[in-house]
Amino acid sequence: MKTTYREAIRAAMREALERDERVFLMGEDVGRYGGCFAVSKGLLDEFGPDRIRDTPLSESAFVGAGIGASLGGMRPIVEIMTVNFSLLALDQIMNNAATLLHMSGGQCSVPLVIRMTTGGGRQLAAQHSHSLEGWYAHIPGIRIITPATLDDARGMLWTALEDPDPVLMFEHGGLYNAEGELADDAGPVDIDRAAIRRAGADVSIVTYGGTLRTCLAAAEVLAADGVDAEVIDLRTLRPLDSTAILDSVVRTHRAVIVDEGWRSGSLSAEISARIMEEAFYDLDAPVQRVCSAEVPMPYAKQLEEAALPQVADVVAAVRATTGGG
Amino acid sequence: MNERARDLQLLHDMVLIRRFEEKCAELYSATKIRGFLHLYIGEEAVAVGVMSALGPDDNVVATYREHGHALARGLSPGSVMAEMYGMVEGCSRGRGGSMHLFDKAARFYGGNAIVGGGLPLAVGLALADDLRGRQAVTCCFFGEGAVAEGEFHESMNLAALWRLPVLFCCENNLYAMGTALDRSESETDLTLKAASYEMAAWPVDGMDAEAVAGAAQRATESIRGGGGPVFLELRTYRFRAHSMYDPELYRDKAEVEQWKRHDPIATLVERRSVTDDELRSIEEDVAAAVDAAVAFAEAGTPEPVEELTRFVYSDSSTVGRP
Repeated sequence: MKTTYREAIRAAMREALERDERVFLMGEDVGRYGGCFAVSKGLLDEFGPDRIRDTPLSESAFVGAGIGASLGGMRPIVEIMTVNFSLLALDQIMNNAATLLHMSGGQCSVPLVIRMTTGGGRQLAAQHSHSLEGWYAHIPGIRIITPATLDDARGMLWTALEDPDPVLMFEHGGLYNAEGELADDAGPVDIDRAAIRRAGADVSIVTYGGTLRTCLAAAEVLAADGVDAEVIDLRTLRPLDSTAILDSVVRTHRAVIVDEGWRSGSLSAEISARIMEEAFYDLDAPVQRVCSAEVPMPYAKQLEEAALPQVADVVAAVRATTGGG
Repeated sequence: MNERARDLQLLHDMVLIRRFEEKCAELYSATKIRGFLHLYIGEEAVAVGVMSALGPDDNVVATYREHGHALARGLSPGSVMAEMYGMVEGCSRGRGGSMHLFDKAARFYGGNAIVGGGLPLAVGLALADDLRGRQAVTCCFFGEGAVAEGEFHESMNLAALWRLPVLFCCENNLYAMGTALDRSESETDLTLKAASYEMAAWPVDGMDAEAVAGAAQRATESIRGGGGPVFLELRTYRFRAHSMYDPELYRDKAEVEQWKRHDPIATLVERRSVTDDELRSIEEDVAAAVDAAVAFAEAGTPEPVEELTRFVYSDSSTVGRP
């Protein structure tokens, strides 16, 4: 069936609410408004205000309440409008969700899913557009998932809700309207492994989330030039599927990492370091990175485009590794 | 239980906390206990009074000054002491220490050392009970310093808005570490602040275990009856320094001495005309419990370093090497 990324996540939430009475959704404007990106539209009518709960603009309190409710036996889905707003709840995510299990000697697990929008490209400027999932991937105790395809938008949520530990799900804002075909019986998918979205022999392009499409488009441009790029979708940023990355790099001998986060101290740096540590002698060229420019995201269209990884940037980075630059 | 018998139990529990913590201070000096150690001495009436109104199905969220809460909730002195020794037998397997005592079976959810950070958890625990139709109360302790945090205001609002069964217990000991209340709050009437959230709120003499028990009973009855959350401002005082590192430059010794005249243990002894024999019996029982706790901790097992990364994710998680 034809569907969108937004509808796929909504279908996943509907399925979760139907299958498990412990599941409920809470967040700002998830109910009457229908979700600020319309992801939860219609769910209030189907499931009622106890399970589709509008919250005040109190990120710390409602994220913390989600953690508390999970301690109390529920399976909350907490929606935060954007990753920038999640910083108001960082205390609860970092100091409670990620630590309670360890700090309590294994007694208090936190089975909670926090969903939020991430990424730029919609001219929303410097307080609504950043990609901070790499920051969150720094924290032990949480799992970070980044659905980039319709199958993952449809299938990752249920698996995340079954995970005994907190899961942060980052939905790239530029993907909500993405349309495509989804199997009628599409259902839960794993949240452990990376996926090869395009097989290739000459270079490994490693990416996730909103830049997957950019990388697939770049691979087509390169193919026209005779460069056969493999595109790996990380899907889960913590724990990183190092095996998948290394297996690919060992075959292609070249790696380009594409990450919408900033370069310095980033997830791309972590991946590059792992390749260096474990596949150094398999490399034919230095690892290349394509990241966002190190500026707060600007509003003006041409500036924002210049700040974000574009197809041409990925193509140029690949050519730099293949000697075709 | 008649009132006198109840008060003797309160007295016993207060003496246990007092002697247990005096032993902790001694063991800290002997370097058996490390890290931060925040003593509750002087504030015992609050913990024992509030806990007397709670049942086994209720939840407790406490602060980092929580030895008293843990003992009053019924955690064994041995498991608390072993935790401070960093042993596997500790109530948090040695991963929490003094500031992070946990016991899920007792519904004791920490041991929270981010001031104000426990309040949203309490709201969530109460929300879970509300959604599951359970009649439990979630009791959340925090100091008056937490009132300056945004999480306090967000949580008070959310609990009142959703009429959740939370008992907010503000332990007002007048100092947020070294900062006096009137140096940090434009409005120092904390009950007034709480009442602004359309929540029942009243001040209680936190040096009087009977008064605390009575207030907590009234509050929990109201909450269980569907009356929504209640805020208690428990006016108390810590006789010891903030932590073992605190030289106490911010308050007069005379002020401390003045408050010590309202010692909650002596107050109850006097009011209930507790006899020397009764008191001796309590002291002997407590001394034996504290000795046994220390022996239990001394005989504890240090967890093997190979277990270091356990409990970062649940044992049932598919997360391998992060």
